[in-house]
Amino acid sequence: MSVGAPKIPVVVAEVVEVNALIKRFRFQRRDGAAMPVFSGGSHVVVEMDDHGTRRMNPYSLMSHPADTLGYEISVRRDEVGRGGSLYMHTHVRPGMEMVLSQPVNLFPLDARAKKHLMIAGGIGITPFLAQMAQVEAMGGRFELHYSVRSPALGAYVEHLQEQYGSRVHVYYDELKQQIDLKTLLKSQPLGTHIYVCGPKGMIAWVKATAAAMGWPALAVHSEEFLAPPVGLAFEVQLAASGKSFTVQPNQSLLEAIEAAGVEAPYLCRGGACGQCETDVLRCDGHIEHNDHWLTDAQKASHTKIMPCVSRFRGAALILDR
Amino acid sequence: MTKTMFEPSITSRPVYGVLSPGVGSAHLFVADGEGADAVCDLFAKAEAAEMKAASHIIYMPGANGCDKTADLQALGVAQFYRAPSFASAQSRLAKVLADAHMGLQIYAAGTEGLMAQVAALAQAAGLPYEAVQMEHRGSLARRVQCVHCKGVTENVRLDPFHCSHCGLSLFVRDHFSRRLAAFQGVNIDAEDPGQVPASVERFK
Amino acid sequence: MSLDFNVETFRGDYTFKNSAKAIKRFPFPFPEDSYMYSVNMEPHVPGAVGSVFEHLFDVDEHYVAEMRDRAQVLAEDPLRCQTLPHMELAGWDLLELIMESKARDYPQWFELHKDGDNWHWINKPLQIEQKFTFMDASTLPYGPMEYITRQTQGDFTLQDQRDDDLWIEAGMVTTQADWSLDFDIGMSFKQWHAPVPLAHQMNIFDRALKFLLKLQHGAPVRRFNWTMTVDALLDTSPENYPKWGPSKTTMTPETIGHRQHLRVELQTLHRLPRSNAIVFPIRCYLIRFEELVTVPKWARRLHRVVRDIPDELATYKGFLRNKPLMLDYLAQFDDGQPTSPGFGAD
Repeated sequence: MSVGAPKIPVVVAEVVEVNALIKRFRFQRRDGAAMPVFSGGSHVVVEMDDHGTRRMNPYSLMSHPADTLGYEISVRRDEVGRGGSLYMHTHVRPGMEMVLSQPVNLFPLDARAKKHLMIAGGIGITPFLAQMAQVEAMGGRFELHYSVRSPALGAYVEHLQEQYGSRVHVYYDELKQQIDLKTLLKSQPLGTHIYVCGPKGMIAWVKATAAAMGWPALAVHSEEFLAPPVGLAFEVQLAASGKSFTVQPNQSLLEAIEAAGVEAPYLCRGGACGQCETDVLRCDGHIEHNDHWLTDAQKASHTKIMPCVSRFRGAALILDR
Repeated sequence: MTKTMFEPSITSRPVYGVLSPGVGSAHLFVADGEGADAVCDLFAKAEAAEMKAASHIIYMPGANGCDKTADLQALGVAQFYRAPSFASAQSRLAKVLADAHMGLQIYAAGTEGLMAQVAALAQAAGLPYEAVQMEHRGSLARRVQCVHCKGVTENVRLDPFHCSHCGLSLFVRDHFSRRLAAFQGVNIDAEDPGQVPASVERFK
Repeated sequence: MSLDFNVETFRGDYTFKNSAKAIKRFPFPFPEDSYMYSVNMEPHVPGAVGSVFEHLFDVDEHYVAEMRDRAQVLAEDPLRCQTLPHMELAGWDLLELIMESKARDYPQWFELHKDGDNWHWINKPLQIEQKFTFMDASTLPYGPMEYITRQTQGDFTLQDQRDDDLWIEAGMVTTQADWSLDFDIGMSFKQWHAPVPLAHQMNIFDRALKFLLKLQHGAPVRRFNWTMTVDALLDTSPENYPKWGPSKTTMTPETIGHRQHLRVELQTLHRLPRSNAIVFPIRCYLIRFEELVTVPKWARRLHRVVRDIPDELATYKGFLRNKPLMLDYLAQFDDGQPTSPGFGAD
């Protein structure tokens, strides 16, 4: 990584099938040393060697931030994606050696909040597991509203209810239960911050409802990792390193750059953090900007690209890398 | 005129806007002196009509004697309170903020010192600084913290001026602390004691 | 006191001095013959044995005397150390970082023994022994940041990260180049740098902030800053400006070599793991002009830097008044020979 933090060589200590869609993985350091402590909301990038294709997917850390014996993540099986989650589900077994990045937090709690109001949808529960453990240890005030499809797919519901009692509220879509967001947002004490992690639609709904009720935008936090989309293959030329290659349909531009042996900076690999921003020297065609980082004007100008999630259609793309 | 013209300044100095009706469950206005005009202008807008039943105005006359209590009273908002000074209104403000829920909109209008103190209280109550709407009206006199004795002098018009606490001659910087709601005053004759340039009225 | 540490003062009779060894390892901050702002950050990786970069936190011959001076400053003005309530966790992160580093790097002076959350800290130079419970502030005589920074050279600020900005919300500041923690605490990155001339127009702070927001745990960075100080006064605070300001007016050609000091700040930045905050240690090194000119390359180069610096910067750094005196003194050591690139002596 560009800012030089050392990676963490790990061994898979445990793989647990949480439900039909979700598996939990526990990693420990190969050298037996302690993992770094982290802040709730952090993710790590997991490196996979998928039969010759290097995949690097970000996953939120869900284990207790003070647990330095190991890290835990939960992975939801995505049948239609590019294969990172499928690889984790079908190939990763206890004893396997893997590599993790240092934790990075792009979804931190606001430490000044008088109360933390957490809203999770499905697999979006994972960062909150770590955050709740941290807030609880600090004596902070929080409440979780967790929406899942069905009791069978309600990952960690029992654990959460046991641990945090009436501060945990669970809603099952199949039982036609829905978060009564307007009532919930009406009664929050001044100084409450909202955190939402889940599907795109849920994040948009929470943000719009809060804004319409007079919540300041800076009191509403969200995290949505974009999985790099699959697309058509395209050619790219790297000016600084003098390389040209094809980006495959199920490969991200960033992965293709790395596969060509060119070092490129990154942190989130999900279009959110801005670290991989790259100058476009020539663009004969159309960049499919899939990120949350560039401004609309930057996107329209076709002078910048976020290679972690964005793709290209056209005759020629030359990058300053 | 709604907007004061400010000279270009440094990045710690706040910039102010124009009050506009916000969306929310309750509306708290704090104004001093000519700030009352900004509040009246807001309520003159059609979309503000339905805010009145959920509005609370706390007003104090300006240090320059400007008192527009009657104008604000005539608005007919749910709660109006005239305080003799900001200091005297502080416990009331603290109570209002402690009882409030998210959705409360806060508006401050008048002098920089007043607006900054309101914003600091709102921040202490957990709201982002940006959540407080501010509009400058009236005097540009400054609230200045003496960096040496830490005393705050209100309504500073002259530069340099004498700290009202320790008496040192201070020049007034543009450096501004939102937490202290004050500009910074630094001793002007520290290197050459006694050599103090004549004061000029810089902040009218 | 151990022979490792000087008996000296940074006030009153100013007995501070650098040994020959300290001069040799002095972090001279100019890699070329002129100076202008730049972001100039590089990884804070271990440097040569004996250099100020050898360890994460450098402990040198001035350690004990500097800590005594800090205690005096705090006794006179406790506001030099402040923590906004939400920053205590970052304070524990800092305490852990410093204790672990020092115990690892200087085992002859510091020891840290852990049994779960029961920690036992031994600081031999300052004759401190403390058993406490990690993360329980009631088991320490001060809050965690104050406790450990009373035992660590350099100023420290802790920055919370939120809303794509860094907020200076805790600090221990007693060896500062004329800025007030009490005034600046709570400010955003650009707010607290607001008084710095020229750099804003150069987008220095935009670039620096963008870089720092992405700073990663385990990958600290460093840069230099510098100014000039008359007499070996560590505490050049705005609070005490009326006390030290007059010292600038009593400099003479006879005393300048002895009284004028180049003041170098080794600034490092580290991401803290539990709090996601950033700690910014600002380590101050002082060197008398007459000590500095014993290294010919540094003498030539400092003369050229001071000669060519814009007045706006000399004013901001507080030495415009004595610039002519400095140049007269330094000129005698500048024979016009070229200097080699880089920081080191030839």
